Order: sequence, then C-alpha cells, then structure tokens
Amino acid sequence: MKKKLAVSVVALMTSVLMLAGCGGGASGGSSQGSGGTAGGVFKIGAIGPMTGDGAAYGMAVVNGSKLAVDEINAAGGVNGFTFEHKGEDDELNNEKSMNAYNTLKDWGMQVLVGPTTSGCCIAVSDLAHEDSMFLLTPSGTALDCVKYDNVFRVCFSDPAQGTASAKYLAEKGIGSKYAVIYDSSDPYSSGIYESFNAEASAQGLTIVSAEAFTSDSNKDFSVQLQKAKDGGADLVFLPIYYNQAALILKQAADMNYQPVFFGCDGMDGILTVENFDTSLAEGLILMTPFSADATDERTVNFVKKYQEQFGEVPNQFAADAYDGVYAIKEAIEKKNLTPDMSTEDICKGLMEAFPEITINGLTSSALSWDASGEPNKEPRIFAIEGGKYVVQ
Amino acid sequence: MSFLNYLINGLSLGSVYAIIALGYTMVYGIAKMLNFAHGDIIMVGSYIVYSAMSMAGMHPAIAILIAMVGCMVLGVVTERVAYRPLRGASSSLAVLITAIGVSYLLQNIALLVFGADTKAFTSVINWKGITLFDGELQIRGTTIITIAVGLLVLFGLQAFIHRTKSGQAMLAVAQDRGAATLCGIDVNKTIAITFAIGSSLAAVAGVLFCSTYPTITPYIGSMPGIKAFVAAVFGGIGSIPGAMIGGLTLGVIEILSRTYISSQLSEAIVFAILIVVLLVKPTGLLGKRVMEKV
Repeated sequence: MKKKLAVSVVALMTSVLMLAGCGGGASGGSSQGSGGTAGGVFKIGAIGPMTGDGAAYGMAVVNGSKLAVDEINAAGGVNGFTFEHKGEDDELNNEKSMNAYNTLKDWGMQVLVGPTTSGCCIAVSDLAHEDSMFLLTPSGTALDCVKYDNVFRVCFSDPAQGTASAKYLAEKGIGSKYAVIYDSSDPYSSGIYESFNAEASAQGLTIVSAEAFTSDSNKDFSVQLQKAKDGGADLVFLPIYYNQAALILKQAADMNYQPVFFGCDGMDGILTVENFDTSLAEGLILMTPFSADATDERTVNFVKKYQEQFGEVPNQFAADAYDGVYAIKEAIEKKNLTPDMSTEDICKGLMEAFPEITINGLTSSALSWDASGEPNKEPRIFAIEGGKYVVQ
Repeated sequence: MSFLNYLINGLSLGSVYAIIALGYTMVYGIAKMLNFAHGDIIMVGSYIVYSAMSMAGMHPAIAILIAMVGCMVLGVVTERVAYRPLRGASSSLAVLITAIGVSYLLQNIALLVFGADTKAFTSVINWKGITLFDGELQIRGTTIITIAVGLLVLFGLQAFIHRTKSGQAMLAVAQDRGAATLCGIDVNKTIAITFAIGSSLAAVAGVLFCSTYPTITPYIGSMPGIKAFVAAVFGGIGSIPGAMIGGLTLGVIEILSRTYISSQLSEAIVFAILIVVLLVKPTGLLGKRVMEKV
C-alpha cells in the first residue's frame, strides 16, 4: 500500500509539474473571416484578464478603452461614425485569450485593443495576423508581441524598459552597487533583466548580485535579499510585479536592509495593495508611463471620470488603453476609414496611418510610432514620497 | 555567519511547511485520503482572519478563534458532502479527484467574494525577534512562534491521539475500519472529528503563513499546499512527528539549494530529493511499513 502510494505520489508530482509547465497550446479553430459589418459603427474589442491573477490589469484595459470610446461617441464620434465597444475575459490564459478573440470576431470586431498581457498577446497576434485584424496592445511588453506588421503597442517593450532604467541610473548617479531580483519564469521580468544587464555593463555599473525566483517560489525572498545585502548593494532593481514587490519590501524591512528600490511599470499598483503599509514603499523609484497623482488637466479629468464610472483609481493599463483608442481614432480620421470597409482594408489603412500620427495622450505628450509597431516616447520616472507618486 | 542566516531562513520557511503538513498527515493517517483542498482551507482561514481584523477591527485572538471555528465547519461540511458519499467507492481515486475539485471550488469562491487583488495581511505577531552578534544574525519573531506553535500542535496531537478515547478510536479506524466498526466505533463520526481538527489546524497554519509572508490572494494555498504535502510524504505520511521533521528539512533544503546551487532550480532540487527518498525509503523518513493482510 505504502509503496503504491509512493509511486502514485511521484506520478502525481510529475503531472503537476507538467501541468504547470504548459502554458500555450493549440489554437482554437478560427471561424471564417467576417468582413465589414453593418455600416455606422466601428466595433472595437478589448481582451484582458478580468478575473484571476491579473484581473487588475485586464479590468483596467477594458474600462480604460470603454471610457475613451464613450468620450469619443459623446463628442460626435469619428468621421461621423461611432464606436461600439466590447470586452472579453481571458483569465491570463493563452488559449482562453484566443477563444476571447474568436468570440469578439464573431461579434463583428474590426479593431482589437488588447490582449493585456504579453503571453496572451503573442498567442492572439498569430490569429490576428492570419485574419489581417489590426491589433493594438496597450500593455503587451514582450519583444515578440509586435513581431507582425499589423500589431502595434502603446507601452514600452521589455528591453526598452531595462535599457532606459540602466541609462537613467547611470545618468543620475543613483546607487553605486546594484542588485537585481527578477522572476525567471516570467518573460516580462527576465526580458527587462537581460536588457538592463547588458546596458548596465555598457554603462559600467557594478551588479553585485542578480538572483532569480520563479512563480512557484514567489513568497520567500530571504536568500535573494541576503545576497544583495552581503554584496553591499545600495540599489535593488526589481523588474517584477508589485504583488511580489510588496513582500520583498516587507522582508527587507524585517532584516533591516534599506537600499533604494527601483522598479518598472509592473511596480505601479504597489500603493493600491489593500491594507499595505505604504511607509515600506517610501523612497521607491519607478519608471511608469502614468500616475493618477499627476496634476495636468488631461490626467485629472481622466482620473475623475474613471472614478465616477468604475469606482476605482485608474492605473497605467487604463491609461495605455485609453490612449490606444484615441490613437485609433486619429488614424481612422487620417485615412478616412469607414466601418463598411472590410477588416483587411481597415487594418491596412491603420497600419499606414500609425507611423504618421502623433497624439497628445495620458502616457506621453507626444506619442508616435515606428512602422515596426514600437512607440516613441520619453520614459517617465516617479518616486514615492509621503505615499504619493512624485515626478522626478 | 551568513550560512547561519540562511539556515535560519530555511527553518523559517520550513516551519510554515511543517505546520501545514501536520494537518495533511493527520487526515491522511486516519481517513486514508489525500485532502488536496487542505491548502485552500488555509486560504479560507487567512481570509477570515483578514476580514475579521482589517474590516471588522477585531482583536487578533478573537479573529483566529473565529477562523478556527469557520474552517472546522468548512472541513466537516466538505467531508460530509463531498468525501463521505465516496468513501465506499471502488476506487480511491474518486475521493482524490473530488478533493481536487473542492480545491478549485474554494479558490473560485474566494475569487468571487474577495476578488483577485492582492491584499496585505497585518501580521498578528508583532514581536521583531531576536538579534544576535550585533545584528549579524537575526531570528524573526514569526519563525520562533511558528516553530513553537508547530511543536505545541505536535505534542497536543500526540497526547490527544494516545490519551483520549476519540484519539484511540482514530487509531483503531486508521488500522482497520471494519474491525473498528465491529468494536462499536462510529467510523463516520471519528473521521468527521479528524477533519474538524485538521481543518482548524489549517486556520492556525494560515494565520502563521500569512504573518510570515503577509499578502493574500485566492491562490496562496495551492503552492504551499503542494510543498507541505511533499513535506508530509518526505517525513512519512501519516506520521505526525514525521510531518514536522519533513517540513523543516524541506524548508532548509529549499533555501540552501537556492543559496548555494541556483535560485531557479531550488524547486527541481526539492522534488528530486523527494523522488530519491521515496525510491530508497518508500514510506518516508519516519513512516512505518504496514503489512497488508490478505
């Protein structure tokens, strides 16, 4: 009996590991290309995790794009047409994201704002490429997200973030010895780490320790912090999401280790963790395209409307999606596209228009694009002072 | 000195595994079923404490008490509704699969009720711990208290099982259900008591886990649940001291391999060691080989 148990335990563990290992999968059968639907409205779809681990991101993308669509419609639409908006949940799962894409296509989607996360975006971009559907991801940061010519993004790519971070640190002379803690199981985190590492050595920065963790061991950071402390690092670079960062800040405080922490856009949200002791985040520096605390008129209006409609303070994902919809509007106007055109023609028009437009958005006052799909904009750096983001 | 620090970090992680493993091993030892939902009962317990403390502003002690009672009820109800009807089923796989189902059910209910956002847990242990050698070596309060509670639970359970009537009934049920029934022991009631105790221990484990790693999401139970299960098997599933030793050893192995071998391979090393231990000693460190009667 016991022997049998032992064998079954081994078998079970293997299957658990295997389950954990497989992310993507075969594509769901895509339906026939539905061309332009009833004239009069442009149908914009949005995809993101609205439940589950990344719900805060997906909800923000769906709500942010919805808000922009409502505003544009209220202000008279685009070229006399209006937008119709529909959000679908992908639960942070590649296959479900593909299903969400197919659902939206059956609904008659002509332009997609999404998917929200890199993995899902890469999976869906294959389908969108086959269908010649224009895809603008607000927040898919992995390099491969925009490998097709019909895919553009609003956010910086991972390498761009890592490079910009190292440049900024070298320029401002913040810190003398650096440590990195990153999630090797996450392409976002390891992507930033690699480009940061390359740029740091080019800039002559000293990295004393670079320690990884994985999604299966993202609770205990004592080893990574101890190594950073033993190496004498006075700046710890955290290209990770805020959920883990909250734990890292707490554990560092517990061991009386007080370096400067520096994060990227995944760090945005740290102050919104319910019940979190925000004094732990004091002095933290992060590079993120948007802050709800900024005082320019556009941001103030956006934050106010968003809060009225959805009862939450918007994060950068909402701002990225919001800017994305306005960029699509600008591009449609530029090329005089109409909803009765086929999806392929709309896609072609938008692909031509995007490298030509520049919009004044929430995430940058001059947001423009390369033909490769990458955005051109200045990185924005904030520091947390007194529980608020302060522009650096 | 840094080796000592890593060792203590390992004990800190291991103490959390150990206290979760105690609940696993107890239910397995007596009811002979793997309760894969154990990790999620821990999650529910943590949410109850979080709600009671942060939302209702209750004293931690009362909050823990409520969580223990809540989890106890939850454990007994799942046993009654999901596991008991399948106990007579021809294949023991049926109960195992049901347990996995219950695990997902609990996660999704928590997702509906509390949402997916990470919430920060206010530690119930405010003691900073002991600092030795001018701050070179630090033992956190949570670690000391988790180990202390673990030992307390260990001796408490041993005393309960060996000194009380219900405990003796549990041993009898564990040994031979049919014979226990013949002796007049109510098997269903005994197993229900086992679940009640195991689940309220899960609440305590949840509080200690969240005090050490103070964030809560609906998924916090799953990975520690699997690790604790490994710890229980490692120490010899069914053996209560084995769970404690297994948990502590697993934590130390994990941290040391993360420190000295690779921070990315620590999981693989932990599972590889488990496989080796099971190959050499299929019953685990302290497990007893029970001869099956024909």
